[in-house]
Amino acid sequence: MLAFTLRRAIQAIGVMIAVGIISFSMFRFAGDPVNQIVSLDTSFAERAEIRKSLGLDDAVPIQFLRYFANAAQFKFGVSYQFRQPVSNLLMERMPATLELAICATIFAMVFGILMGVYSALRRDSALAKIFQAVSLIGISLPTFLIGILLIYLFSVTLGWLPSFGRGEVVRLGWWTTGLLTLSGLKALILPSITLGLFQLTLIMRLVRAEMLEVLRTDYIRFARARGLTTRAVHFGHALKNTLVPVITVAGLQFGSVIAFAIITETVFQWPGMGLLFVQAVQNVDIPIMAAYLLMVSLIFVTINLVVDLLYTIVDPRLRSTISRAA
Amino acid sequence: MTNPVLSVRNLEVEFHTRRSVLHAINGISFDIAKGEVLGVVGESGAGKSVTGLAVIGLIDPPGRIAGGEIYLSGMRIDHLPPEEIRRIRGKRIGMIFQDPLTSLNPLYRIGDQIIETIRTHTNLTETAARKRAIDLLAEVGIPAPEKRIDAYPHEFSGGMRQRVVIALAICAEPELIIADEPTTALDVSVQAQIISLIKRLGRDHGTAVMLVTHDMGVIAETSDRVAVMYSGRIAEIGPVQDVVQNPLHPYAKGLMGAIPTLAGEDKRLVQIPGSMPRLSAIPQGCPFNPRCGFVFDRCRVERPEPIVRGTQAVACHLYDTAPKEAVKETAA
Repeated sequence: MLAFTLRRAIQAIGVMIAVGIISFSMFRFAGDPVNQIVSLDTSFAERAEIRKSLGLDDAVPIQFLRYFANAAQFKFGVSYQFRQPVSNLLMERMPATLELAICATIFAMVFGILMGVYSALRRDSALAKIFQAVSLIGISLPTFLIGILLIYLFSVTLGWLPSFGRGEVVRLGWWTTGLLTLSGLKALILPSITLGLFQLTLIMRLVRAEMLEVLRTDYIRFARARGLTTRAVHFGHALKNTLVPVITVAGLQFGSVIAFAIITETVFQWPGMGLLFVQAVQNVDIPIMAAYLLMVSLIFVTINLVVDLLYTIVDPRLRSTISRAA
Repeated sequence: MTNPVLSVRNLEVEFHTRRSVLHAINGISFDIAKGEVLGVVGESGAGKSVTGLAVIGLIDPPGRIAGGEIYLSGMRIDHLPPEEIRRIRGKRIGMIFQDPLTSLNPLYRIGDQIIETIRTHTNLTETAARKRAIDLLAEVGIPAPEKRIDAYPHEFSGGMRQRVVIALAICAEPELIIADEPTTALDVSVQAQIISLIKRLGRDHGTAVMLVTHDMGVIAETSDRVAVMYSGRIAEIGPVQDVVQNPLHPYAKGLMGAIPTLAGEDKRLVQIPGSMPRLSAIPQGCPFNPRCGFVFDRCRVERPEPIVRGTQAVACHLYDTAPKEAVKETAA
């Protein structure tokens, strides 16, 4: 088990090094950053000064090593547009993105599993058919359109919920949270739905298909033949077997939720990492882009690792396969 | 006379498909007494398993019991509401399925599955149920049950898993066990152990057993009586000795002729030509008539009803005493 964890961790580090090379090479290929910082009437001497202060005149391997050593300590250099350390900017905005992503994922998981189980158990009911139809819309509509439609309905027409921003936030150490104020909670609702809707429909369809599959298996038939209650059969025996593939998908989707947050954050002007990234792209603020890339891949890799470990908790068969392999 | 443990009367099971209604079971009747083992044989699709599922009330839509009655120790159970038949399943009727590799939930320890079943049907506490589970595992021949109770299904071999399945089926001391091909998926050497285990449990607890299989050898070894099924009907039923040594129905004759014997002389085994009709195309009259060597006109029109011959009952026009000339005609 420990060997398995270690092996997976080493693989994760390999992935991070590869991503590091890519994000570093952005500095070399996305044009001269100095031009982005200075104005037209900056003198060449001043430009050289800036170039030197940013370390852009060193040899490429040295720049790479320096970049890497810094990145490993979460130092990503100074933003060209804000003139602030990128790590500070990211740290400042990460709570907003994570809160949004977590709320969206919880929303997607809870409703996705409930709706999926319901439409598997009551396959022919009208509500199950409505779920199926709505899920098709959820899968096919682009995120920004859903966001705009929600804003139109709940903010513009009904005026119930704010159309942008995070509302009032409370500061807990370095973390800022919108979960403790009413306006913060209200501001979370629409972006969470927008961001989570695709995941919700995906999970719902997956749970439904898996559950139907599991309900046909011999051990479910045997569980019913033993006279177990319908509830024990459906929610004890069937649901747990359904959740194994759901964990994978939900885990990987959490990564995409953070990545997809770019669009949702732009639509709702949500002050998170995604919005920061979009602004960075518009201003060719390469340190931010590179750092964002690294952060998102770190999150992805970590989630993958956690999902792999979660499997072994849910499925005893994997536990013994792993210990045999190790 | 006391009631038989299981009594099935004119049972009919239908499956509604988009195109038509398929008759899987067409009016079968049989009894199983306390402590008796009834073997049910037949080809795949003869309706053996469906009969077992009908008794325990697990026919899923689009299938349904279309007619007849099922009595468990005199109490009618075929039309009970789902919640009441659920209480009978596992408690008064235990069921063993064919494939032990897939019958157990892979994510739960076997002990938890047994304890859950015990606690569903009794008021035992967790600790008492666990003790009972260990006793059960010992009874079905699992070595070191107090250790193995915390193992997962994948940590057992096929034969051992089938023992666990049996322990699960008998954990509430049912009056009737339905064993649906309990040995088909097992090695031959393990088959014998499982058969003798089922036999022993039946004897020790006075449990009635309905043993569904297509293996005549297993039937001959285990059963007191045997029912030969063909196309959703019982072709012949009687004490196992009589049916094996002196089969009456042409189909039963064919089945017994297809069993290889060590003592028998060196000749080819008998084959029954053709295969069983599909449910959507059961011929008129006797369903066996297209394959029967003794077929005559009446077989093609009229469905034979069971006729009692000594200890056996056989559904074949050959044994109907009324139109005797018909028999001669075929013989000639």
